Amino acid sequence: MQCSEARRLIGARIDGELDAAGEAALAAHLADCAECARHLVEQQEWHAAIKRNAARYTAPDALRQRLAAAVADAERPPSTPSRSRAGEWRQWAIAASVLLAVVLSSSLTAYVTRPNADDRLVQELVSDHVRSLMADHLTDVASSDQHTVKPWFHGRLDLAPPVDDLAAEGFPLVGGRLDYVEQRPVAALVYRHAEHPINVFVLPNRGGPAAASQSLSQRGFNLLHWTRGDLAFWAVSDLNLAELRDFQRLFDRNMAAAG
Amino acid sequence: MRRFEAIAVPHMDAAFNLARWLTRNEHDAEDVVQEAYLRAFKFIDGYRGGDARAWILTIVRRSCFTWLARNRPFELIAIADDDAEERFAATPDTETPDPETELLRRLDESTLNELIEALPPLFREIVILREIEELSYKEIAEILEVPIGTVMSRLARARQRLQESWRRHPVARIG
Repeated sequence: MQCSEARRLIGARIDGELDAAGEAALAAHLADCAECARHLVEQQEWHAAIKRNAARYTAPDALRQRLAAAVADAERPPSTPSRSRAGEWRQWAIAASVLLAVVLSSSLTAYVTRPNADDRLVQELVSDHVRSLMADHLTDVASSDQHTVKPWFHGRLDLAPPVDDLAAEGFPLVGGRLDYVEQRPVAALVYRHAEHPINVFVLPNRGGPAAASQSLSQRGFNLLHWTRGDLAFWAVSDLNLAELRDFQRLFDRNMAAAG
Repeated sequence: MRRFEAIAVPHMDAAFNLARWLTRNEHDAEDVVQEAYLRAFKFIDGYRGGDARAWILTIVRRSCFTWLARNRPFELIAIADDDAEERFAATPDTETPDPETELLRRLDESTLNELIEALPPLFREIVILREIEELSYKEIAEILEVPIGTVMSRLARARQRLQESWRRHPVARIG
């Protein structure tokens, strides 16, 4: 083998791309050629030095969040009201026209201008859900062990979310996360069904007596809302509604059994 | 949306790393990645399975070169893709008093990063994809849209260029 051919194989060898025949041929050459043998060592050292010292830049969180928002915007049908710039303009326009009406007629109340509080909550929950997926920040405490996840929330929140692993029923617990909803920290429990993540947001129940579960869909995600005791729950997932309902029944049944 | 998340989101660091090295600054890298991701999102139906990372990096790389053509055209000098240059020429090792490995020991992190940054983009990207992202020749060939033989010869030349630039570097020479 010529030295020039050996040099070519040395590159492939370092990159783990040399087949057995090439390996054998190279070994035979290196046994005879001190110069090429030295070259191999040098190349290995360069390879290691680059791996050790070259910078690997990671995507900044701001970029991840910008992308999440941009993608959410891009995939939203144009007719749905949104928090995009166009949506904001529309809200401003409505607000302005209503303000005018209020000025003209003092009997009109201003609150009609505000988007329904529930709508805003739903928008926010879906955004939180999307962000948790896009920003690769599904969990703060990643554990399938309910006895790890539950105590993690102690001292971080003024409510104690029920945490049950539902792996046996096909909904393994992935972990927990602190999230923000309506400017307050809330618990987000993360489950998975096949490859579909489910975020369960746990909020204080301010809606009075237990309500039957409600479902809706928003931006391609399904949401289920139910309450038990002084807690209110929102499950958000790309799972189909039937499966999400199965999950909700299991979750709620376990909670009822616990206390 | 769901499909896009599964395909593209896991490779955002690789995408940003490539763009950051090619644009050489954080701000432009963010813009390029964002633009590339939105294009990928739009053309997600064109993805027919296979290596998701290679697919997204192909798009990111194209965006990077579009950006370079617009903003750093002088960097895009053509490099001939034959292996005439990389052919084994007597390496200057024998003439250098320092053995190469001794010399390499003096190469610190920031100098190494400067040397890589100084490579022409076609050499820089292949070093990044192979040494930092640890992609296979096959994946690199897909991303660069060239045959594997070209990947091998270009990588060899990029490495040779990098090593020569270190030998010529003042720190290496003064020692």
